[in-house]
Amino acid sequence: MRVALDFWPVLAQWPLLLEGAAWTLGLTAVATLLGSSVGVACAWARVSGPWALRVPAAAYVELIRNTPFIVQLFFVFFGLPAAGIRLTPLTASILAMTINLGAYATEIVRAGIQATPRGQIEAAESLALTRLQVFVHIVLPPALKRVWPALTSQIIIVMLGSAVCGQISMEELSHAANLIQSRNFRAFEAYILATLVYLGLAILVRRVLHWAGQRFVFGS
Amino acid sequence: MSAGADPSATNPVLVPPHTEVGAPIVRITALRKSFGDNEVLKGIDLDVMRGEVVAVIGKSGSGKSTLLRCINGLEAFQEGSLTVDGKPLLHESAQAMRELRQRVGMIFQSFNLFPHLSVGRNVMLAPRLVKKRRPDENEARARQLLDRVGLAEKFDAMPDQLSGGQQQRVAIARALAMDPAVLLCDEITSALDPELVGEVLRVVESLAEDGMTLLMVTHEMGFARKVADRVIFMHQGRVHESGPPDSIFGAPRTPELKQFLSSLHE
Amino acid sequence: MVEFTLWDILRNLLLAARWTVVLSLIAFAGGGAVGLVLLVLRLTGNRVADAAIGAYVQLFQGTPLLMQLFLLYFGIALFGVETSPWMAACVALILYASAYLTEIWRGCVAAVPRGQWEASASLALGFGQQLAHVVLPQALRIAVPPTVGFLVQVVKGTALASVIGFVELTKAGGMIANVTYEPLLVYGCVALIYFALCFPISLYAGSLERKLHVGRR
Repeated sequence: MRVALDFWPVLAQWPLLLEGAAWTLGLTAVATLLGSSVGVACAWARVSGPWALRVPAAAYVELIRNTPFIVQLFFVFFGLPAAGIRLTPLTASILAMTINLGAYATEIVRAGIQATPRGQIEAAESLALTRLQVFVHIVLPPALKRVWPALTSQIIIVMLGSAVCGQISMEELSHAANLIQSRNFRAFEAYILATLVYLGLAILVRRVLHWAGQRFVFGS
Repeated sequence: MSAGADPSATNPVLVPPHTEVGAPIVRITALRKSFGDNEVLKGIDLDVMRGEVVAVIGKSGSGKSTLLRCINGLEAFQEGSLTVDGKPLLHESAQAMRELRQRVGMIFQSFNLFPHLSVGRNVMLAPRLVKKRRPDENEARARQLLDRVGLAEKFDAMPDQLSGGQQQRVAIARALAMDPAVLLCDEITSALDPELVGEVLRVVESLAEDGMTLLMVTHEMGFARKVADRVIFMHQGRVHESGPPDSIFGAPRTPELKQFLSSLHE
Repeated sequence: MVEFTLWDILRNLLLAARWTVVLSLIAFAGGGAVGLVLLVLRLTGNRVADAAIGAYVQLFQGTPLLMQLFLLYFGIALFGVETSPWMAACVALILYASAYLTEIWRGCVAAVPRGQWEASASLALGFGQQLAHVVLPQALRIAVPPTVGFLVQVVKGTALASVIGFVELTKAGGMIANVTYEPLLVYGCVALIYFALCFPISLYAGSLERKLHVGRR
């Protein structure tokens, strides 16, 4: 028995893979910005928000963390139109990724916030800062610094999870692989190459976020 | 136990080694050991006689703990040879390693009791697994040894219910249960509160009196002076000076030893 | 047109959810077994084994599970073996779970102090005895909460098997949504069933975690 692999027909389609990788990165970038913002807001709500916010925030986090991303995506893309909300594959992908990352980011950021020494907050309050000022200026920056590695890992998980978005015709990397294999019937080779590109993207994103964390998030 | 002509009848707790009294039980020849580029033992020659009590002193980083850890193979050395009670140390052979380690007991600074096992099980584990000792015999021996270190009533206690001094005494009983020919003690009182040091040292002293061969790295100079037959001062990876305690502590010859001893009194 | 009641939808989804549970259990048990073997190989200190298993873990943690499923599905066929979605999903999820579990457990073993290895070595215990009687029992205590937590990941991961055509909860949801024209309701129910499966496990893992921390103090 011989296994004959031929990568050339797939490599010849490299612009498709490149374009797909660019979309995957783009989706991840937007979802990271939006999802992290959702995470910070919900973390604040869970730690120091009023009860009316705490409970829905907790429910949101648990609901998302205990259901598969693909179901969340299908709910948004196939389900919401029944409620009159019609989304393109792009907006549905971004929305689902944001909701998903937001829930995990909430828990991550919350852990960082709760590790704030009590004295820091008391010191800030005794300087007559408002509660919001205390949160934004005193609590949040060191909290983000503490949890940056965990947040980075979660962002990469969301990026890898975005391969599912190809299933709703979002033209990202996995979709590109699918397109290529439908043209030349080299399915295994196409998915191998796409998988290696994902691996490269995961390493790249980890590097970039590590660098960005040191450069921008915490000063130096 | 039916062994009628037990040679250790005067003290049934300790089992005698193969080596004759007065013959070398640990032989170390031209031993060299490096961590990367850093040579920590620069050619050690040392014979320890059966029944001898040797105290190893020196500054931290002088290589004294590393020497001790080489003797039971916790550290691999690059050059030289080492035998214990007739068993050579061969790093490549797991079988030879286990043979040798059955002759060498080790007590650690941080006790290293197994936290998930009761005191009795800590003592019985290795004899059961390695020596395949019968359960009833094993338990009788464990109780005997725990009694010997003054902890007979702690057989079923868990390690975290004991004080540091008690834990260290269990560790001694655990090592003795393997009937070692030599006991290595690596700063065994350094992690103890001062008031608990005495109870551990008294156990060690009684072992010395019963003829146990002891090689101990220690900071307790008073104890070394009182119990040791020979004191070895290590400096920069070498045996810098050695001799009976009275001459080492009373009449140090080298400036390094003088400086080391005077630094202790500050 | 046939009318579907909510009960019809739920009943069919629950029937399909059995396959989600079965696939999860196979992946978890198989992944645990493979993960344990990899862990032991890694602990022997063989450099080649350590590097190879490290790369294996990197590969599975750094690529999408969906791609892993595709690769297995098309890859097994390349070797001339008749493959089914069922087989591809089982193999892919077992490998995926093994990579994560072996890494989780390695962390737990690393948390056992070095002195425990040294003390057991100095008592002449062999490598297998050290593992079985001294190190793994202690590592197991800290390994239980994250291992239970990972089960949630596995259950959610099985949803991707729907993409290669394995009819479990998500796939069944898609099929039912197509015939009932009730996608919002159907996917809502699908999500709730997953939640009902996963949330108790999450809660349990959380309580184990808290107990462990209390116990350590």
